[in-house]
Amino acid sequence: METDKSKIGSFLFNRSVQGYFYQIITLGLVALGIYYIVTNTARNMLERGLASGFHFLGVESQFDIGMTLIDYSPTSTYLDSFIVGLLNTLLVAGIGILFATLIGFTVGIMRLSSNWLIAKIAEAYVEILRNIPLLLQIFFWYFAVLRALPKPKQSLELYDSFFLNNRGLFIPDTIFGEGSSIIFYLLWLTIIISIGIFVWAKRRQNRTGERFPAFYVSTALILGTFFISLAVTGFPVSFEYPELKGFNFKGGIKLIPELVALTFALAMYTASFIAEVVRGGIMAVSKGQTEAAKSVGLKQNLILRLIIIPQALRVIVPPLTNQYLNLTKNSSLAAAIAYPDLVLVFAGTALMQTGQAIEIIGMVMGVYLFLSLFTSLVMNLFNRFMKVDGER
Amino acid sequence: MSAINKEVGPPVIELGTMGWLRKNLFSNWYNSLLTVFGLYLLYILIPPLVNWILLDANFVGSTREDCTNEGACWIFIQQNIKLIFYGLYPTEELWRINLVYLILLISGVYLLVPNLKYKGWVGAFLLVIFPIICVIMLSGGLGLEAVETRLWGGLFLTLVIAGVGIVLSLPIGVMLALGRRSKLPVVSILCTIFIEIWRGVPLITVLFMASNMFPLFMPEGVNFDKLIRALIGVMFFSAAYLAEVVRGGLQAMPKGQYEASQAVGLTYWRMMALVILPQSLKMVIPAIIGSFIAIFKDTTLVLVIGLFDFLGIIQFVGTNPDWLGFSHEGYVFAAAVFWVFCYAMSWYSQRLEKKLDTGR
Repeated sequence: METDKSKIGSFLFNRSVQGYFYQIITLGLVALGIYYIVTNTARNMLERGLASGFHFLGVESQFDIGMTLIDYSPTSTYLDSFIVGLLNTLLVAGIGILFATLIGFTVGIMRLSSNWLIAKIAEAYVEILRNIPLLLQIFFWYFAVLRALPKPKQSLELYDSFFLNNRGLFIPDTIFGEGSSIIFYLLWLTIIISIGIFVWAKRRQNRTGERFPAFYVSTALILGTFFISLAVTGFPVSFEYPELKGFNFKGGIKLIPELVALTFALAMYTASFIAEVVRGGIMAVSKGQTEAAKSVGLKQNLILRLIIIPQALRVIVPPLTNQYLNLTKNSSLAAAIAYPDLVLVFAGTALMQTGQAIEIIGMVMGVYLFLSLFTSLVMNLFNRFMKVDGER
Repeated sequence: MSAINKEVGPPVIELGTMGWLRKNLFSNWYNSLLTVFGLYLLYILIPPLVNWILLDANFVGSTREDCTNEGACWIFIQQNIKLIFYGLYPTEELWRINLVYLILLISGVYLLVPNLKYKGWVGAFLLVIFPIICVIMLSGGLGLEAVETRLWGGLFLTLVIAGVGIVLSLPIGVMLALGRRSKLPVVSILCTIFIEIWRGVPLITVLFMASNMFPLFMPEGVNFDKLIRALIGVMFFSAAYLAEVVRGGLQAMPKGQYEASQAVGLTYWRMMALVILPQSLKMVIPAIIGSFIAIFKDTTLVLVIGLFDFLGIIQFVGTNPDWLGFSHEGYVFAAAVFWVFCYAMSWYSQRLEKKLDTGR
């Protein structure tokens, strides 16, 4: 008897048995919770007469969208409206990321400037912008700045080709005439040759120690070929400038004020975070690296290019992609100023019309979830690739 | 000989203001150019701003006709100050909100001042009794008139959402972080999925989900308030972010701490509560405050599901026909208030970081 008791005791207090016990309990609770939600939802939907499934995607949407990158009309399907919204989201995210990177790197490097005034201006930029909610900034640029701009007749203009008024921003459009495709082929060809020059220059330097001005040569090659081919083919590329006709502008590319305000706010806000990432990355390269490079006789620009930037980038890139992801997710604030992004078009209008909350919110969340999981996958690969031997 | 013995100071040009200017602003030609550019930038930005906000602004009066000067019309803010701070909360009940603020302020200051006794008790009061006081005081009960949450608004609502989000998301975040690092595969996988889903989607879709899908999840007759639904959404969203912060702290703990506490025979929960969490949470306090700042800024998004928080009320007040065209004042005021809150938090966290960063 005594031995049986102790057997049961040791069984009950066994670590792995306890582990299984807890796991079964957790799993049971989660399953119960899901079952509860699913049954409630099923009954509620039945009672309210809500349809389920994805049949609605093939149905005519019967609403129009203010800005579309593909052909779209009220007779298009809900699936088309989903794609339009998705493309609009990606457009804002793409332009936003470009400008946020440019501003962010500039401000981040300014903060490290030896010039006291410049460093302080950059610090003020960062401290002001990152401590004000993004939505407030979007509202400010949209309602207080862009909507308050003058009418098309009194537009603000730059070089007679860029016009800004309360209808949006009008920029020239490039028109590619006959024969312009050959210029593109030549451009690609010269870029490929330049890459070849870089590879060859590096090999030669490794072998003989002699340096070759690969950067200047390839820049000259690309730009030279580009301009010469332009001249030879008789400038097939032209610009269409926006022109005031009646009460509005015709021609050129029109960017609606919602797009301009949203991109501007997203870029300025995210730039303040990118600036901090860049500053942190550069400061993470220890001073000894610069001193060692100086002592082996490297010039200032080579120290930057060969020693500091490669090491700083290793620190900068992961949080930088995180900021890009944040910008993409934050672009969903578009809904608040009625820019037709994925959330407004699909989780707003389409949801109201069909009432299929679960499918629609699931699809929208799925898009963002896919983007972030994909990015973190790429980042994990990047980290593995960049890992220095012997580092944790 | 005497010439050598005489003390020779550094050149005048390297000392004092002149030296500082030379070293920091005009050290070489491009730095001088940058300085001139920076001064020009300040010249075109600062004077018009100061004129608009202060020198040319209107402070006295009661209607828009009193705004005769060129600058900002702060009368707009003055006249709507009750709406902006308290929303539609009944005027005769405002003392309840103010009392809650006062209690919070006194106990908060008490906790922040160093070297005072009984801090543990005050903290326990804030965490256990104060929330009960809040619920009773703010929504009614115990003889106090009930105030529906649809009347709540303004800065008050923003503080409620941020406060509840911050207080409730921390324990959930800690549990999720522990779960994700658990050796039990089921627990760790479930926690990982939970965290990654919430972190992967924008808050706005979470709020849409909270307002459109939560009612479907509940059994018949159970109907949550719109505010409570938003609170649940904000809470889980920020808990997922905090979980990752806390996990960073747990990972940074040296392995010896785990082994030592196991060697003295502590169980898992005691080891975590007594040894690991106190140290690792302390390590990530600055990052936790960073998350709090993010939650505070994100509360503005509740206006898309029709709650009138601080920013929502500012938008709403601007559409009042009596006060059309004063959106600049509203936004600048809101930005200033948000900025003060966020900057105060980040300043405190930087100070804390310096204080905690000893001997590492």
